[in-house]
Amino acid sequence: MANRTPKILVFSTEKISDPAIDLAGLLKLHYPPIVYTVEVPCSSAVKSKWILHAFDQGFDGVFIAADGTDCSYDESCTEKTAQIISQTHALMKEQGIAPEKLKMAAICSVCAESFVKQMNGFADQLSEQ
Amino acid sequence: MEEKNKIGVYICHCGSNISDYVDVEKVREEVAKIKHVSISKTTMFACADATQNEIVQDIQENDLDAIVVASCSPKLHLDTFKNVAERAGLNPYNYVQINIREQCSWAHSDKPVQATEKAIQLVKSGIARVGYSEALIKTKISAENVVVVIGAGVSGMRSAIELADLGSYVYLIEREYFVGGRVSQWGELFTTNETGKETISRLYNKLIEYKNITLFTGAEIISNTGTVGNFDIQVKIRPRYIKPGCKVDPEKLQRVIDACPVEVPDEFNFNLTTRKAIYKNFESEFPEIPAIDPDHCTRCGECEKLCDDIDLGQKDEFVNIKAGAIIINTGYDPYEPKTGEFGYKEIENVITLPQLKRLIELNGEELIYKNKRIQNIGYIYCVGSRQKDGENKYCSRYCCTSTIYTAIVIKNKFKDIHNFHFDKSIRTYGKLELLYREASENGDIFLQFWDEDPPVVSSNGNGTVVSIKDMLSSGKEIEVDCDLVVLVTGMVPRQDNKIADILKAPIGRDKFFNEIHPKLRPVETVIDGVLISGACQGPKNISESVKSSLSAASKANSLVKKGEIELKPTIAFIDKNACVWCDECVKACPFDAIIKVQSNGKNVAEIIEAKCKGGGMCLPVCPENAINLKGYTDNEMEAMITALAD
Ligand SMILES: Cc1cc2nc3c(=O)[nH]c(=O)nc-3n(C[C@H](O)[C@H](O)[C@H](O)COP(=O)(O)OP(=O)(O)OC[C@H]3O[C@@H](n4cnc5c(N)ncnc54)[C@H](O)[C@@H]3O)c2cc1C
Ligand code: SF4
Repeated sequence: MANRTPKILVFSTEKISDPAIDLAGLLKLHYPPIVYTVEVPCSSAVKSKWILHAFDQGFDGVFIAADGTDCSYDESCTEKTAQIISQTHALMKEQGIAPEKLKMAAICSVCAESFVKQMNGFADQLSEQ
Repeated sequence: MEEKNKIGVYICHCGSNISDYVDVEKVREEVAKIKHVSISKTTMFACADATQNEIVQDIQENDLDAIVVASCSPKLHLDTFKNVAERAGLNPYNYVQINIREQCSWAHSDKPVQATEKAIQLVKSGIARVGYSEALIKTKISAENVVVVIGAGVSGMRSAIELADLGSYVYLIEREYFVGGRVSQWGELFTTNETGKETISRLYNKLIEYKNITLFTGAEIISNTGTVGNFDIQVKIRPRYIKPGCKVDPEKLQRVIDACPVEVPDEFNFNLTTRKAIYKNFESEFPEIPAIDPDHCTRCGECEKLCDDIDLGQKDEFVNIKAGAIIINTGYDPYEPKTGEFGYKEIENVITLPQLKRLIELNGEELIYKNKRIQNIGYIYCVGSRQKDGENKYCSRYCCTSTIYTAIVIKNKFKDIHNFHFDKSIRTYGKLELLYREASENGDIFLQFWDEDPPVVSSNGNGTVVSIKDMLSSGKEIEVDCDLVVLVTGMVPRQDNKIADILKAPIGRDKFFNEIHPKLRPVETVIDGVLISGACQGPKNISESVKSSLSAASKANSLVKKGEIELKPTIAFIDKNACVWCDECVKACPFDAIIKVQSNGKNVAEIIEAKCKGGGMCLPVCPENAINLKGYTDNEMEAMITALAD
C-alpha cells in the first residue's frame, strides 16, 4: 500500500450524516479527496454484500456514517447498524480482510468536524497498514 | 430491467463555486467517452430557468432515457431536476443528482487536481447508477380531509382552530376531563401578562364556535390501524358520570363536592392540596360541567342523592374515526426531582417552580407556605435540565424566563419579598432579556454556580440555608437563609406516552417526539401523516408551541385537502422466489409494514406499500438477499461502487 493513497467508501444517510458531510464542504474543512460518499436512507439499510463488493472492487476502507440516536426511522438504528458491522466483520474474516478496514461512527447532521476527523484518522490508519 | 443507452449528463460550474477548483470541461470530456452517454454539457448554472428549459428540450429532441446532473447537494435541487424530467416526459426516477460542490469542489478546494479526479469518478458513478434506474410510479391513495389532533393544550387548541379555518374537519381528543393542558395551571404568563385561565378561555370560546371541530374530553386513542390518508382510529371515552345537559349551579356543586367522602391528592395543584372524587379544578374551567374521577370514586352514591344530573351508571364509550392525518400535541410533564435532590421532600420548605405557581394562585394577600409567611425566596435553576451526568442534557428553555417573571410577579403582589437566584447562567433569550433587567432593577440577587459545585440546601435548626460558591464573585462562599427554596424544574416527556407506541411515532435522543429534520421538516415525523407540535417535541414556551402548532396544522391540511395523497415510491420490494419466510424482515421493520402471504404454494413476505417508509432496515437482515429497495437496488448500489473504485 505504501505507494498508493488508500480509497475510502463512506455510506452516509440522507437525513442525518449526509448533511454533515455537506456542511464540512460548506465550511471548507478539508479531508482526503479519496473519500467517496454513497447515500442511503438509513445506516441500518447497508447490506454486507455492498460492503464486500467495495473491498472486492479495490476500496481499502469502508466507513458507515451512522444515524445513531438521531435516526428518524427508529430507536433501534444504532443497534441494527452495529449488527451489520459485526455480521460483515465475520464475512470479512472468512475472506481474509482485516476487520479494521470497516468502521462505523455516528455522525449527527451538524457533526462536520467529527466527520473530517474520522476521515483523516481512517486514511492515516489505512496508509500505515 | 434494461440498461439505459441515451443518457444526458450536465455538469454545473455553479458560477465559479465548482469550476474554480474542478476542471468541469475535463470532467465532461471524460464522461463523454462512456458508451451510453449521448449528450454531455457543462453549464454555468444548471438550476437557471434557461438551462432547465434546455435540458427539457434535449430530453425531448434526443429521446433521452435518463439524465445525470452534477452540481450542488441533492438537498437543494433534487426536486428541481425531478420536475425538469417530469416536464420533459421523463420519469423523475430516471434522473440522478451528483454532488460535486459540497462533497467535492468545496471539500477539496485545497487540492484542485484531485478534486477534478474525484468529480470524474463521482459523475461516472451517477451514470452507472442511472443506467439501472427504474421508472417509478407514485401510488396515489384517497385521503379523508379529517385531522385528529391529540391533546387540547394550547398547542392542540391552536392547531384545531387553524385546521378548521383551513377547511379540514377536526377531532380534538383530550385525555383529561378539561381542556387547557399545563397553561391553565400557571396564573400570570410571560410575555402577555394574561393568566393561563384567560388564555385558555379565549381559545375554548373560539373553538366551540366551529361546526367542523368535535372535542372529546376524558378521551384517549387506544388503537390505530390504517395509514396516511386513511387512519382508522379508535377512541375510548371514559364516563364523566354527569349528564351532558347539566346546567352547573356553583352553590349546588359546592354542596355536592362537600358531600363526597373521597379525598385524594390534587395533581392540578401538584399535591399541595387535596380534592374530592367529584371535582372541577377552577370555576371557569371548560367544559363547564364537573367530572367524577372514576379511579377514585367509590360509587357510594352520596352525590347522586343531592343531584339528579349525576349518573354513576355511565359506561366507557368507543368511537371510531377515519382521518387523513394526525397531529400529536400531547405536551410535557414537569421534571419531578428525586427525593433528597436539593433537599426535595426531605426539607419541608423545598418546593418546585410548578408548585410555586400554584401556591401564588392559592394565596390571597400574603404568600404563606406551611403556615409561615414567606419573605426570602431562593430559586435553584436547571434542576433536571442541562445535567452534566444525568439523562436530561438539554436546556428546558422556558424556565429561566418563567422564574424571573414569577419573581417579578411575587414582588409586585406581596410585601417584603427578597429573591435570590442560584443559576447556571441565565438564558432569557431575545426580548425576554428585558425581564432579566427588570428583576435586576428590582434588587433581585443573582448568584451563579458551576456544574461541579452545585448549591447545597440544608436545615440548620432555625431554618433552611442555601450555600453556594458564587462564580460571579470569584468563588466566594455565600450562605442565604431562605423561607422557601424553589427548584426550577425543567420539562420532561409525558410519563404516560403510550400514544408513541400506538402511532409508531419515533422518539429522539432526548426522549421527546422526533421530527424528520429540525430545520427542513420540523413538524413531520417519518410516519407519513403523523405530525408533531408544541412541547411534546421538546421544551417550548407558549409562543414557540403555538408557532409549531400552526405549522403542523398547515402541513396536515395541505396533505389531506386534495382528497388524494401521493406515496413515495422508493420502498422495499420482495423477490418472492427467493423468499423462504424466515420472518427476520418482519422483526426488523419498525412500522409493521411486512406481512406473510401465500405465493405459489409457499409462505412469503409481502410489503404493505402504504406502510413502508423506505428506511431499508429489512434489507441487511434477509439471509436470502430477497429484499431490495427501489432506487437503491443491488444493481444500482454495486454499479456505483464499481464506478467509484475504478
Ligand atoms: C412552571 C411553568 C411555568 C410556565 N410559564 C410559562 C409562561 O409564563 N409563558 C410561556 O410562554 N410558557 C410558560 N410555560 C410553558 C408552557 O407551559 C408550555 O409552553 C405549554 O404548556 C405547551 O403547550 P402544549 O399544548 O404543547 O402542552 P401541554 O400544555 O402539556 O398540553 C398537552 C395536552 O395534551 C393532553 N394529552 C397528553 N397526552 C395525551 C394523550 N395521550 N391523549 C390525549 N390527550 C393527551 C394533556 O392532557 C394536555 O391537555 C411554563 C411551563 C412551566 C412548567
Ligand atoms: S432555561 Fe434556564 S433554568 Fe431552564 S434549563 Fe435552560 S438554563 Fe436552566
